[in-house]
This record gives sequence, structure tokens and C-alpha cells, in this order.
Amino acid sequence: MLLTGAEIFVQCLLEQEVDTVFGFPGGTILNVYDELYKCGKIRHIRTAHEQGASHAADGYARSTGKVGVCLATSGPGATNLTTGMATAMLDSSPVVFVTCNVASRMMGKDAFQEVDITGIALPITKSAFLVKDPADIADTVRQAFALARSGRPGPVLIDITTDATKATAEYEFVPRKQHAKTGPLSELIRRSTTSSLKTPEPDRGDVDKLVDMIAESKKPMLICGGGVVRSRGHEEFLKFARKMDAPVAVTVMGGGGIYGLDPLVTGMIGMHGSKASNMAVDECDLLIAVGCRFSDRVTLDVNSFARNAKIVHIDIDRAEINKNVMTDHHIIGDAKHVLQMLNERIPQYEHKEWKDYVFSFPRETVYDDVKDYLTPKQILETMSDMCPEETIVSTDVGQHQMWSIQHLHFSYPGQLLTSGGFGAMGFGLGAAIGAKVGNPDTTVIHITSDGSFRMNCNELTTESLYKTPVITFIFNNQRLGMVYQWQQLIYGQRYSETITEQSPDFVKLAEAYGLGAKRVASVEELKEALSEAFEYEKKGIGYVIDCAVRADELVRPMVQNGKPITDFLIN
Amino acid sequence: MKENTNIEQEKMDLYDDSEVALRTLSVLVENRPSVLSQVARLFTRNGYNIESIAAGATHTEGMTRLTIEFMATARQTTLLVNQLAKMVTVHSAKQLNPAHCIRRELALFKVRVTSADQRNEIIQIANIYRGSIIDVSNETLTVAVIGNEGKISALEEFLSSFEIIELARTGTLAMERGKYSINDASKEHGEFEYGKSIL
Repeated sequence: MLLTGAEIFVQCLLEQEVDTVFGFPGGTILNVYDELYKCGKIRHIRTAHEQGASHAADGYARSTGKVGVCLATSGPGATNLTTGMATAMLDSSPVVFVTCNVASRMMGKDAFQEVDITGIALPITKSAFLVKDPADIADTVRQAFALARSGRPGPVLIDITTDATKATAEYEFVPRKQHAKTGPLSELIRRSTTSSLKTPEPDRGDVDKLVDMIAESKKPMLICGGGVVRSRGHEEFLKFARKMDAPVAVTVMGGGGIYGLDPLVTGMIGMHGSKASNMAVDECDLLIAVGCRFSDRVTLDVNSFARNAKIVHIDIDRAEINKNVMTDHHIIGDAKHVLQMLNERIPQYEHKEWKDYVFSFPRETVYDDVKDYLTPKQILETMSDMCPEETIVSTDVGQHQMWSIQHLHFSYPGQLLTSGGFGAMGFGLGAAIGAKVGNPDTTVIHITSDGSFRMNCNELTTESLYKTPVITFIFNNQRLGMVYQWQQLIYGQRYSETITEQSPDFVKLAEAYGLGAKRVASVEELKEALSEAFEYEKKGIGYVIDCAVRADELVRPMVQNGKPITDFLIN
Repeated sequence: MKENTNIEQEKMDLYDDSEVALRTLSVLVENRPSVLSQVARLFTRNGYNIESIAAGATHTEGMTRLTIEFMATARQTTLLVNQLAKMVTVHSAKQLNPAHCIRRELALFKVRVTSADQRNEIIQIANIYRGSIIDVSNETLTVAVIGNEGKISALEEFLSSFEIIELARTGTLAMERGKYSINDASKEHGEFEYGKSIL
């Protein structure tokens, strides 16, 4: 059937069973938007800014496990997506970004709103495609979706020239299940299965070797990384941890890979890791890291990291092996799959003495009991008490992010949405809206700070327009808290540009967007506000709670960048 | 544990970080737009300067083979090769062991000649280097020579006593000695393909 490029593109979204896309229209992508309008089967969420759309598609992807889709026009529309691309790349989130470029005859002539977005996107996407011929659109879209969700997931960009969206080509609807048999995808699959040594299964010999290593270990330790979350391998991981009877440290991206209050969990690991996690990793004799890339925020000083241990790395991405930390053994495979194989092969172990030692250290920071002002811990406790258990939590970046991950206890993959790798302030609100769109029946909260919130608070308009109620908690300490903390501890209290006392009135701001809002300074006020927020949520209206937090609150404990993991700067 | 999945590299410590030296990579890529910049940008990202790059078609349609030379430590090179190998458009990427590979380059020298004596002298020098005269004009001679960089540099030195108008070099082409090839299946190769396969 002869269709225009734009029609083919929309049909390809239907092939992928896409029902929701995020984006912002513009000149070159008009044909696609026209087709979306005519087709009527795909819900489009128009954000205030393309960056918001990019984070929303990411939040949608992380919370639902489906591929997120984000559209934007050429030039500034495309460049506004780049922070979202990098965020999705660093956190391995499957998002397909689609931009339309100027007409192919205009390319390279500095046309209006022209930019080489495929060139810009190369380092921050898994793959970037430029399509100039409508006949290539279908294959490219099929390949892009497959690449985004396969292996180690990640963002993929498709840049289609506007003339290719207008011109016609032959198209035939191919259901998603048959994509692997068509076009370039079939070639990719042939490549990965023809060689005798290329097996689609984790290597049995590697798994058996680890089984032997486990048998020899007296003080084993596990790290639950983002790979457990992405592979939705949380049940297998819990079973594995129970059989190993080993303490489990959780990375930022691993939040939700194992229930935070499980008796085996030692808490977060790394720069703001718990004493239990950091001490255990230092003393263990076998460290099994599942789906974690040993980021510098986890390892700190790589040379002394897990210095007494044999390190085993389980990851889907071969290029991660020995990248940051030299390992003693590795298994390449999907975390869920590898853990299944291990669970079949290992007996029940008991490591009581070792566990007693590890849990003699605190797994969460203990704070003094305070009555006369509101502390971050109190806000988070109130949240935990009052929000439904399955509440999805989206955060921005900074002190509030670390506090949230330390003190909220996630129980399933996709419950925590945070920019762990790229650390993009402004991620939270867009991601929360995306998550709410994908999970309309689940409460979604957005934890932010005055600094992060100001980056993308314009998305409140999206929240009210589409009636996707999110409850925003602003940890308002009138500081750029994390940087302020470093300045306080490391830079001799020279607070260069981190005092943000001229913030707008966030209550008025939220009200201007048609949302409910309240400023709170005590636990009682917070409880009242949150109860009101739930009432608003039922009506489809979002709510902003501006929580007064003192400027001298610190994220504890803290290990300085590059120092040994047990060398705590503050407790 | 250091991994050595093919025999030639057994003597090479792939994670040695002590010595910066000239490294030679062979990379087999799909011939598609932007593949070359995708490969090149990994060098940019790591701040390595490419000393030489040569690209050309192979006996398999749609496949291009790149030979890239740059200065780095063995560990830096290994990490870079890993990043290359995970790219979907890259079918193979290999760090060649200098002790077990053949490296050749083609150079074209255009030299000004002002007399018959000079012309004879240049032809003689070219013969010594097993070069060939591939173009002649009243005022110039063009010499083509194949060899490693030592041979080409030596010839360059000789010819510089005349006037070299132009010098063009292909960049090094390299291949492993013996029965080994870039296409050899190995466990490591399979591990990289695993991440690319559609699950």
C-alpha cells in the first residue's frame, strides 16, 4: 500500500503497540503531527518544553517497562532533547526519540532550524539514524524500537527529513512479533546466533565457576544494581540473596531491585552509602555485583574498593567488564536469566556470623529526635506512612535525592525514578508526569528541591492540562543543597552561588498553574497538606507541598570523592 | 583475571597501564553513513589522537575494514576496543599484537626534477626501495612505494634532498600473521554479540 512517510511512521508506532507519545510540535514535524491527529489512536502529551517531554518519555519507560516515545521538531526542538537522551543513556532507559529535520535538499545549508542532531546524538544514544527516504522509515523504526529495548536498553534517535515524511513509499503492516524476520533486524539476529560460540544463553561454564566460588566464600556480599531493575529480575534476586544468605548493598539505580527493608539489605552503597554497606564491601571475601557498572559514586577509590574480595561481575554489557574495576570473574547475560541459572545450582547457605558483623553497623543514618522544626527524615517518614505502598517516587538531583533513596524503601522495579548516572536536575517533574500517564491508577510523588524544581517547573502546566496529578514535595532549604554541603565541608564554607533565597513563592506559582499547594514547616502541617493532596489527586489535580528545610541539614554519611569507601568524612 | 581469548594475544597484557605506545586496531564495520564518525568519536571522547586511519571495502559486500593507529596504553586500548565492539554497526574490533601482525603502507611522492641526472638518480633510489615510477612529466616524477613507516621515512629522507612537491600516504593497513583473522569466533566475541541480540 502506498503511504506517505508520516503515515508509515504512525503505522509503525501502531505496529509497536504504542498508545502514548510525548512531544512538542514544530515546523518540520508537521506532517507527522497531522497524521497523529488523523489517526486518533495514539495519545499525545504536549509538554511545556521538549526537555520535559524527554524526561516524561523516560519516566514512562522506566515505570512501565515499555519503550517511551518522544517527538520533537528540528533544530532547537532536537537540541532540547539532548539532556533527556543523555539521562536515558546513562541509566539504560529504553526511549525512542524522533525528530524531523529540514528537507534533504536544504541539509548542510544552515537552513532555518537546521541542526545535525544525529551527529550531536551519537555519543548520547545507543544508535542514531538519519532517514531521507520514506521507503526506509519502516525498517528504521522497527530497528530503533528493537535496539532501544534489547540487550542493555537505551535511547535511540531517528531523525527523518521533512520531505521524507511527505513523499510516498510502499508499506505493509508487519506485527511486532514478526519484525525479527524482516529487514536489517533479521541480519542482526543472524549475526548473533550463527557462530557456534555465540549463544543466546549465559555461559554455563561461567555460571558453574561462580557456583564454586560461592561455595568457597565465608563472607559473601551482593550488590543490587540497575540491571536487576531493568531486567525485572527482583524475584530471582531476592531468592538468590536468601539462598546465599548474604548482605545486599543497593546502588542508586538498583532501588526497587530488592525490598529496602528486607533483613538482608544493608542500604545504599558508595559516597552516601550506609556504614553497613561500605564496611561490608570492604571486608567481604566475595563480591557479586549484579547489573552494576561500578560507577565512581559507588566505588570511590577504585584501588582499595573491595580489596579483600574476589569481585564477580554479572552484566549484560561486555564493555562494562573491567572498565572501572578489575574483576576476577564475570558472567555475561540478562540479570534475571543468570540469577535463575544460579538459583538452580546453589544450595542454601548460612552466614550468620558474617551477617551479625555486617549488621552491627547501622544500615540507615540515625538522626536526633527533633520537635521544633521539620527535618528531611520526618518528611520522608510522613510520606512513607501516608502514601500507598506502591507509590511511584520520582526525584530530582541533589541532597533530597540522596535522602529519599536512603530513607524510602522501594519494593519493586520501576518504583524509583531518578537520574542516577547523568544526575540531571530537572528530571523529576517530567519523569513523574510520564509515570502518571503510564500508571494512572498509582499515586506518583515527585521529590525535589527549590534548586531542581526551578529548572523545569514549567511542566506544572502539562500536569494540569492532562490531569495527571503528581504530588510534589519541595525540600526548600533556599540552597543548592548538595553543592552547598560540599562547600561547607570541603571548600572552607565559601558558599559561591549556592544561596537561593530569592526563590519565587512556590505556592502562588503552583496555584497559577491551577494546582493545589501549601507551605509547611511542621509534621502536623505536612500531614494536613498531604491529606489535602490526596483529595486533589482524586479530582485529577496535582499538588505542591513546599516544605521548609533548614540549610544546615547534611546528607550523612559522606565519603569524599576518590577516598577509600570506609573513610567517612562525616557520619 | 586477564582475559586472553586468542592465542596471539597471550603474551600481551591487555590491562597494562604503564606504557604509552603505538597501538594498531582492526575494526570491521557495516558500510553505513555516520559509522566512521561513530568510530572516530570514541577516540575524541577519550582524547586520543588518531595517528593513522585507513578504510576500505572488504570481500564481503557492505562491510568496511578500518585500520586505526593511535598512541595509548594497552589498558586504554582494551577499553576502547570494548566500546567499539559493543556498537551494533561494528562486527569485530581487535587490538593487534605488534609481534604478530603485518603492517604496510603505500606512499606517493611527487618530486621535482630539473635534469636527466636527477631523474636517473631518483629512479635508482626508487628501485632500491622497490618503488615504482607511476607518473612522469617534464618537471616531475611520481614514485609509489609500499612498506612500513620505517621504509617510507627512509625514502622520504633520501628524496628530501630533491624537492618533494607532494606526499600522500594511505595510512597503515594491518593484518594478523598466520591462520588467525578478525572474524575468528571467540567467547569474548559472543559475549559482545549477546548484548546486541534482540531479546
